[in-house]
Amino acid sequence: MTITTEKPLVKIEGLHKYYGQHHVLRGIDLEVNQGEVSVVIGPSGSGKSTMLRCVNLLETISAGRIYVGGDLIGYREVNGRLHDLKTKEIAAQRREIGMVFQRFNLFPHKTALQNIMEAPVQVKGQSKDVARKRAYELLDRVGLADRAGHYPSQLSGGQQQRVAIARALAMEPELMLFDEPTSALDPELVGDVLNVMKDLAKSGMTMIVVTHEIGFAREVGDRLTFMDGGVVVESGDPREVLSNPQHARTKEFLSRVL
Amino acid sequence: MKSQPDSTAPVLNKAVPVRHPGRWLSAVIILGFLALFLQSLVTNSNFRWDIVGTYILDVKVVQGVGWTLLLTVASMVLAIVLAILLAFMRQSDNPVFRWSSWVWVWFFRGTPVYTQLVFWGLISVLYPRLSAGVPFGPELFSVDTSVIVTSTVAAILGLGLNESAYLAEIFRAGLKSVDRGQMEAAEALGMGKTKIMWRIILPQAMRVIVPPTGNETIGMLKTTSLVLAVPFTLDLTFATNTLANRTYLPVPLLIVAAIWYLVITSILMVGQHFIEAYYGKGVDNLAPATVNPGAAKAAGGGADVQRSIETDFPEESAR
Repeated sequence: MTITTEKPLVKIEGLHKYYGQHHVLRGIDLEVNQGEVSVVIGPSGSGKSTMLRCVNLLETISAGRIYVGGDLIGYREVNGRLHDLKTKEIAAQRREIGMVFQRFNLFPHKTALQNIMEAPVQVKGQSKDVARKRAYELLDRVGLADRAGHYPSQLSGGQQQRVAIARALAMEPELMLFDEPTSALDPELVGDVLNVMKDLAKSGMTMIVVTHEIGFAREVGDRLTFMDGGVVVESGDPREVLSNPQHARTKEFLSRVL
Repeated sequence: MKSQPDSTAPVLNKAVPVRHPGRWLSAVIILGFLALFLQSLVTNSNFRWDIVGTYILDVKVVQGVGWTLLLTVASMVLAIVLAILLAFMRQSDNPVFRWSSWVWVWFFRGTPVYTQLVFWGLISVLYPRLSAGVPFGPELFSVDTSVIVTSTVAAILGLGLNESAYLAEIFRAGLKSVDRGQMEAAEALGMGKTKIMWRIILPQAMRVIVPPTGNETIGMLKTTSLVLAVPFTLDLTFATNTLANRTYLPVPLLIVAAIWYLVITSILMVGQHFIEAYYGKGVDNLAPATVNPGAAKAAGGGADVQRSIETDFPEESAR
């Protein structure tokens, strides 16, 4: 994949989010180029997960625009007026965006293999044979080829999260969203998941990663964004932001997590 | 790889267990009562076991069992189909669906099943003819109500519609019990609403839905004895009552009915066990799923293709 700096794959413009009177996101602007790994950090309650969830419409967008691959997410704009997309159209947009959750959210009544095959067969209409072959390849890629027949409850947290990554990849998305993918894991299991994410980044996948793993941000991130209080405080090259933060709030946060 | 027993092996604690004299005492009392009861079954000639033996396989009784089963199964099937619909409607974004579902449950749960059965029996008095056509416009066809709503249909409608209201609440509770993250994960994969409901949410909800639904089915088996309100006169209770009235021996024929109800209940419980095991897949029931070995080979994941069933438990699969 080639990196084109002129046309970002993801463009978030002036994003606001209200829960009732509670103003969670207060004008977020963020761009992610094709093939880039954009890492978002910040204290809990800073709105970083909410922003991520807006990108594939798990949260409605109160104000602002999000574009993925040039398409406006959630709306159709006709003569300057926004129209809600139909459920089916939203589902079609989500197919291009893979999502990995903090709590994995694997389907507990399906095996690892069935979890991965579900969407390609049911949504894309792939034949079971094709989907199964691809699912085995993906399981192999995340290092779990021998766990195909296991149910999620028979897997460790780290293994579940790797199956969840494989499940998202099975839809061949152009963008992957990671919502604190290692926060629910025992410390010794974090490494396996981060390694899978590193490989994915190397393969050229465009990723937005909300995380507390500063080491991952430094090593793999192309861009680091620090959010607090529903706004972007600081954004730039991860190594620069981490070694030489410009804002007092960033310095304070980093001094507590590093 | 077994660890060798050696001189450093710990001395196992062999503590004297706590004694429970109360358990022994209560067991003696209960077994005593049981013995007395069993003795009376044998010695009390009023039970008339000979009559029980005569009628247990009587044609009328066996036919009654068949009709009772038919009413139970048909009304439960009707109730389950309606309940799924009602539970989905209750969760719908469409306020008209939510409201209709609520009113349905309110009405059918709020009136006695006996009253509803009498009502369905009288439907042909209320509406002598059923016709299809445009409201206030031309009629397309029409038929006598009594031709369509026979006493069997009336009994099934009465039992099924009443039950649907109770089951709708059970299904609603089941759907609500599924973690919100499941819906989000399926949505994030681009699945449509209908597929999410049928393939992701409902199968998980069934774990919660099946036990109370089994309860309701067993309840329904016995509620069918109320169908004489329609009037429907072929079910087990009516058949044994008729025989009891003819022979002036109510007790042995009540025993005949009770034995049959117990037999059917026991069979239903076995069925429920298997349904629960099926929907407990991955949560309560961790039998490994079968995996197609051909695909594993095709994927080249180094999988052992000799296995017809991939157990994925290393000690079993590494033959």
